[in-house]
Amino acid sequence: MTNTPGRSEVLALVTAALAEVLEQNGTPSSEPLGEETYLIGRRAVIDSLGMVTLIVDLEQRIDEEHGVALTLADERAMSQKNSPFRTVGTLADYVVGLIVEEQGNG
Amino acid sequence: MAEARVILISGTRKGIGRFLAEQFLAAGDIVEGCSRDAADWSHPAYTHHLVDVADEAQVKKMLTSIQRRHGRLDIAINNAGVASMNHTLLTPATTVDRIMDTNVRGTFLVARESARLMQRRRFGRIINMSTIAVPMRLEGEALYAASKSAVETLTRILARELAPFGITVNAVGPTPIETDLIRGVPADKIQQIIDELAIKRLGRYEDVANVIDFFIRPESNYITGQVIYLGGAG
Repeated sequence: MTNTPGRSEVLALVTAALAEVLEQNGTPSSEPLGEETYLIGRRAVIDSLGMVTLIVDLEQRIDEEHGVALTLADERAMSQKNSPFRTVGTLADYVVGLIVEEQGNG
Repeated sequence: MAEARVILISGTRKGIGRFLAEQFLAAGDIVEGCSRDAADWSHPAYTHHLVDVADEAQVKKMLTSIQRRHGRLDIAINNAGVASMNHTLLTPATTVDRIMDTNVRGTFLVARESARLMQRRRFGRIINMSTIAVPMRLEGEALYAASKSAVETLTRILARELAPFGITVNAVGPTPIETDLIRGVPADKIQQIIDELAIKRLGRYEDVANVIDFFIRPESNYITGQVIYLGGAG
């Protein structure tokens, strides 16, 4: 069964997934996680392996909680001029866009 | 009593896959198996999935089902495989697709989806199937051996990529065993292969199970990216 999550729900999912990755890594963030939290680059709170875990975890949460099977890290995502994985906020936007697209196709 | 292990084995309808499934079931494990056709055997702790391992959607669906019913996967054995013996000059391109789809794409998809489930608990064991045809460079098995060379490379690189998640990836390379895969291979060809081995006999299912038992032991958590050949081949 599918149910379409709004942006605020997706943002909460991304934040929760990120918190879990940081917890698993034994590096919980000292600052609150939010829209502006960096996922890649110098100020990123996770490393590349953490990013892999985050993407897998996020895909699984979206599937389990909303019945939507997404592939977040495909060639299209990787080739965008502005990476959708820059921050928690940009990732949430990207996920919302993919869900809308997926449901449009379904 | 220790928690029952959840074990996925591809290609369980017959042969070595079925043998392994029955061994694990006898030991009290939970076994999830698959093949393209229905299995003609059953067990209370066994679930059979109708899956073509080269079909991404079907593999994903199977792993989702395992996740929903068990919440975890401890061991995945990539046993499903197809062989073809033919001279290169006589091999059609459709054979290339069939062998690469099941042996390479299928192994990759089952390993990837299994690892996605295993990584949640930071534990997993993935076992792939190679063959002595790789180190022995057997004539007539160019495509089959090439597909298994790919499986060996996948094994070695996945071992590195998945190590941070507590998942080991190893492979076993059997000698010829009395299975469907070698039915149709001339007896003198089999004898020729046996003559080249250090230990000159056909393999047994038990020989394969023994190597797998070693790879999946909790104590083998420092063993990854390895290929063990039976019979002293290689």
